[in-house]
Amino acid sequence: MAEQNTLCMVEAINLALHRAMTDDPDVVVLGEDVGPNGGVFRATLGLHERFGFRRVMDTPLAETLITGIAVGMAAQGLRPVAEIQFMGFIYPGMEQLVSHASRLRSRTRGRLSCPMVIRTPHGAGIHAPEHHGESTEAMLAHVPGLRVVIPSSPRRAYGLLLAAIADPDPVIFLEPSRLYRSVRQPVTDDGQPLPLDTCFTLREGSDLTLVSWGAALKETLEAAARLAEEGIDCEVIDVATLKPLDAETILASVSKTGRCVVVHEAARSYGPGAEIAALVQEQLFHALQAPVQRVTGFDCVIPYARQEMAYLPDVESICRAALRTLEQAS
Amino acid sequence: MPLTVQIPFTRYLDDQGQPQGDLPGWVDDPPLLLELYRQMNLVRLFDQKCVALQRTGQIGTYASTLGQEAVGTALGRAMTDADVLIPYYRDTATQLQRGVQMQDILLYWGGDERGSAWSAPAAVEDFPICVPIATQACHACGVAAAFRIRQQPRVAVTTCGDGATSKGDFLESLNLAGVWQLPVVFVVNNNQWAISVPRCLQSAAPTLAHKALAAGIPGEQVDGNDVLAVYDRVRTAIERARAGKGPTLIECVTYRLGDHTTSDDASRYRSAEELSEAWKREPLGRLQRFLHQQGLWDEAQEQRLHRELGEQINAAVEAFRALAEPEPSAPFDHLYQQLPAGYAAQRDQWLERAGRLAGGEHG
Repeated sequence: MAEQNTLCMVEAINLALHRAMTDDPDVVVLGEDVGPNGGVFRATLGLHERFGFRRVMDTPLAETLITGIAVGMAAQGLRPVAEIQFMGFIYPGMEQLVSHASRLRSRTRGRLSCPMVIRTPHGAGIHAPEHHGESTEAMLAHVPGLRVVIPSSPRRAYGLLLAAIADPDPVIFLEPSRLYRSVRQPVTDDGQPLPLDTCFTLREGSDLTLVSWGAALKETLEAAARLAEEGIDCEVIDVATLKPLDAETILASVSKTGRCVVVHEAARSYGPGAEIAALVQEQLFHALQAPVQRVTGFDCVIPYARQEMAYLPDVESICRAALRTLEQAS
Repeated sequence: MPLTVQIPFTRYLDDQGQPQGDLPGWVDDPPLLLELYRQMNLVRLFDQKCVALQRTGQIGTYASTLGQEAVGTALGRAMTDADVLIPYYRDTATQLQRGVQMQDILLYWGGDERGSAWSAPAAVEDFPICVPIATQACHACGVAAAFRIRQQPRVAVTTCGDGATSKGDFLESLNLAGVWQLPVVFVVNNNQWAISVPRCLQSAAPTLAHKALAAGIPGEQVDGNDVLAVYDRVRTAIERARAGKGPTLIECVTYRLGDHTTSDDASRYRSAEELSEAWKREPLGRLQRFLHQQGLWDEAQEQRLHRELGEQINAAVEAFRALAEPEPSAPFDHLYQQLPAGYAAQRDQWLERAGRLAGGEHG
């Protein structure tokens, strides 16, 4: 029987990397400080010792290059897993993601492909310096040909990362840094991937649907628990794969509850919440009991550490949005 | 502080096709010389045909290779089937040498993705031509790193223009190639013009090959209009890389005799005098004169060659014209290996709109 340990998310990610590298010799890890240092968050700890410098590569400090060489390696049939140290430093690699990784398969009509993973810490709330707390997943989710995945627990981080590495197309794997060490959970090292392109229903309910992903699910689940004390029965959906979106699960839930609140840390305008709200009203206009609500980050520059917590959706804001949907006359 | 580092420069044939000093031993190979000459002529005639097809609306915007036939021809010839080409967008000559068909190149510039879906055995792992400047240099390092990880004796060869050497992607790639001692060869086609910006406004470096030095790798210049020099130096660099001795940057000094693309008019920014001077150094006449001197070529052979190549090109154009339209669903068929379930509705909408437009309806 596979060993089960109680792990935090960064340990679960590390476990998945060990598992993937053990099971598939084509999996290689690259990035800044991923070698002997084990990554600044220790996600790659022990890989260098175990798999050697050929498969665990410290790169020069150049994000365009890191992203671009992953494209070249993937086109050769390797499965590179590149770490971008913080999401705020992913932007130099955007050209490689948008103009190459996402469309190499399409441009060559399937002759070449790009089975690569970019891992990067996502989101604010860890009192890090500026540029270390970005949640700009909408920029990536807008790009045809990419997958954008974000886990919300150690167990899902393990299973979704295995799935991302095995996927034949490029995957951006966003790791909520606020959850890296804050939650522990038993994780079985069974090598079993979780499904991509699929939402997870974390809590079933009949009164309204709360939709979220990543670290914001912590507050979303807390809000659902508080609302339950008031007799309000929330369904909570973890989107998990933002691109391509599993609209079916969200629509099935909202058609049941008639109410929907989307919670995300990303800025409000043109954020993923707008896409989800649009889908819901396109498909379920007559089933809706109330307008779809959004609880999001703000359209301001994400503040430095002193004020960053006010930027993040809090339990009270989520509860109020939920109550607004219930106040609407049906 | 003066820049005292001297960059080697190689030229075997001068503008008149006269040997400069002793030629390397491999030059004593008439079939090879004739093949290089034949191929450069094919590239030039095919290029003329492409421009004509663009002017008559049969393909879209096209980037002419006029004047740069020697670089790509020599480069493609120096690579082996095991090697991988990561080209830029002015690389018809190299691609043809790799076995990519003229029909594929017409398809690409004709606006059809199938033009990069070739199956030529030597080129099957080659990248499609790269439009975003210098981004392909990173891919070449990734391909070369894959060879190193798998311990394969293969070499990645990437090309770019002079303008690309100003980009971070290029410099980051040189830097990595040096640190990791990757089996990669960077070939810069310095054709003196990045659209309208001349070489002197691109960099204050005395040569573009100097850029290799900061990365700790060898850099050299060759006369890019001397096919023998390019072939000799590129082949040496490829074999050096294959032997595990690391990367090389080769700056091929040549000249873009045409416009940047068919959408450009170079007479707006460069003088007729400069252009006519550049024509005196072009690569085909130079090799032709050398072949004449060696008694390997005459006017009758020249005429026969042009006739044969013309027929070959016309056959490719006919094959291009005869090809059926792409599958309507192709943009969705190759987006992901398997189209995610959530795309089904969009694919249907696409097929409906595409079908309507194909049927001649508008609005």
